[in-house]
Amino acid sequence: MTELPVQAVAVTRAFGHFVAVDQVDLQVRPGEVVGLLGANGAGKTTLIRLLLGLLRPSGGEIRLFGEPPSRRTRARIGYVPQGLGLYDDLTVGENLAFSAAAFGEGPGAAALPGPLLRYGDTVVGALPLGVQRTAAFAEALAHRPDLLVLDEPTSGVDPLARARLWETVAGAAAAGAGVLVTTHYMDEAGECDRLVVMAAGRVVARGTAREIAGDARISVVQAESWAAAFGALEAAGLPVALVGRTLRVPGAPPDAVRRALGDLPAAVASAPATLEERFFELTLSSAQTEARRDRRP
Amino acid sequence: MTAPGAPGSAGAWWGTEDVCVRFGDTLALNDVWFRAEPGRVSAVVGGDGAGRTTLLRCLAGALAPTSGRVRRPIPLETGYLSAGSGVYPDLSVTENLAFRATAYRVPAQQARERGAELLARAGLDRVGDRLAGQLSGGMRQKLGVIAAMLHHPDLLVLDEPTTGVDPVSRADLWWLIARAAAGGAAVVLATSYLDEAERAHDVLVLDAGTVLATGTADQIVAAMPGTLTVASARPAGEAGRGAWRREGRWRVWNPTAADTAGAIAPDLQDAVTVAILARELALVPAAGASR
Repeated sequence: MTELPVQAVAVTRAFGHFVAVDQVDLQVRPGEVVGLLGANGAGKTTLIRLLLGLLRPSGGEIRLFGEPPSRRTRARIGYVPQGLGLYDDLTVGENLAFSAAAFGEGPGAAALPGPLLRYGDTVVGALPLGVQRTAAFAEALAHRPDLLVLDEPTSGVDPLARARLWETVAGAAAAGAGVLVTTHYMDEAGECDRLVVMAAGRVVARGTAREIAGDARISVVQAESWAAAFGALEAAGLPVALVGRTLRVPGAPPDAVRRALGDLPAAVASAPATLEERFFELTLSSAQTEARRDRRP
Repeated sequence: MTAPGAPGSAGAWWGTEDVCVRFGDTLALNDVWFRAEPGRVSAVVGGDGAGRTTLLRCLAGALAPTSGRVRRPIPLETGYLSAGSGVYPDLSVTENLAFRATAYRVPAQQARERGAELLARAGLDRVGDRLAGQLSGGMRQKLGVIAAMLHHPDLLVLDEPTTGVDPVSRADLWWLIARAAAGGAAVVLATSYLDEAERAHDVLVLDAGTVLATGTADQIVAAMPGTLTVASARPAGEAGRGAWRREGRWRVWNPTAADTAGAIAPDLQDAVTVAILARELALVPAAGASR
């Protein structure tokens, strides 16, 4: 079978003059976990709404399992929205039963997975956030979807709970589902087979975490007094980030940083940029391009 | 104010000594010792229900502990951002700051200058007239942190300033946090992101109201019991209970092994996960275990 869970070509969506999603190509293959990274306003949520069929594209084409988004394709998608999409005043069991009925599944699909058994009769609103997330995942997976769409699935949970949610995601992918997941958390990029980075509605990078970080470098400052060095770099207008007692300065070569530090005792070296630092660079340069475009007559 | 960046220079610290907080039958904090020093950033980490907010409310003076002692500066020298952003949605950005300045007795001119500078650095200078309730989540959090640090507090307490905030706003928030610490404040922030804990000078790990680990990130990592190996799949049987997924592979924790064949050097994320896992495994003994 060659049908792709997601095949989007040059998809564009405008709201009035504002282009939220601009000429985006995206593919999700069966069994593959694709991470969608981007700042707020980058267009991730609009893209997801297009894929779910909640919005129609202004241009380009979306095919899910080889056909345009419809109720029929929606039945093959499991979706966990940012707000989890559970009914707070229904119990966990009732939520799953309702969802199973909506997807035309028998009551068997509403069976509670092990970790939720003791919470089945509790209303969702009274449960800790971590349990609510587990319930939302169970609901999204109950109809054995061929495409799983997760919008910031692990916000605010502890590392062990986060690892378990990723285990669930990996299990769905191993069973053949394609997975599209947005995250703000760069550490989670390592759980994805491929990443797509969006900024200002466009795709600005794609590849593995390592490919995207590439050979970008930044300057690293080890100073006797980090606070004094921070003040000096700030006064020089350099973007500076505190990491423990170390300062990291993206976008400035070591000699420029050394000059900005004056005669403060400090060691300045060059180091590989992290994925997050590379992400800023991509996002900021895209914002500058955008600003230039705006100024055009 | 103490000299910034010189640890222990004043010997001053803020924090809790043997603090317990009880809400009805729930012990929200259980014998918590915590210390925040001037010029340093302390991260309080843990999941939902760990007790982070309760601890921060004690530090900020918003909650009296059931027992134990809280060392904190006078209210005028404390800055506090409560969970969910402590800004007034019906006031504009500049009105929010003006109100804070009055409440904390900062001279108007000085407050305007400092406010304008921090707003500009955090990318909020063009939204001064916008109602705080109409800001995006990240912008609102940045305003909340600026409002909390406007009066140069000795102790700055921030409850989850970065949760749900996108990476670009998160970088701005961390710049504000570093700026406050560079200015000599003791900064305490609650977070569920361990990469943020790694950036802090000191870390406190809470789970169900109990301190699981405390110290610098390096100290917490060094104190991790047992050893860690990496596997391509979750091991079968008992060993699988001590395994979790990370970056597409499996970390396998052996609580008792001292042998280091194939063991990896853990990082803070590993050490914190082990602390939570150890507590969970102790609470839920394996079938057939002797306890």
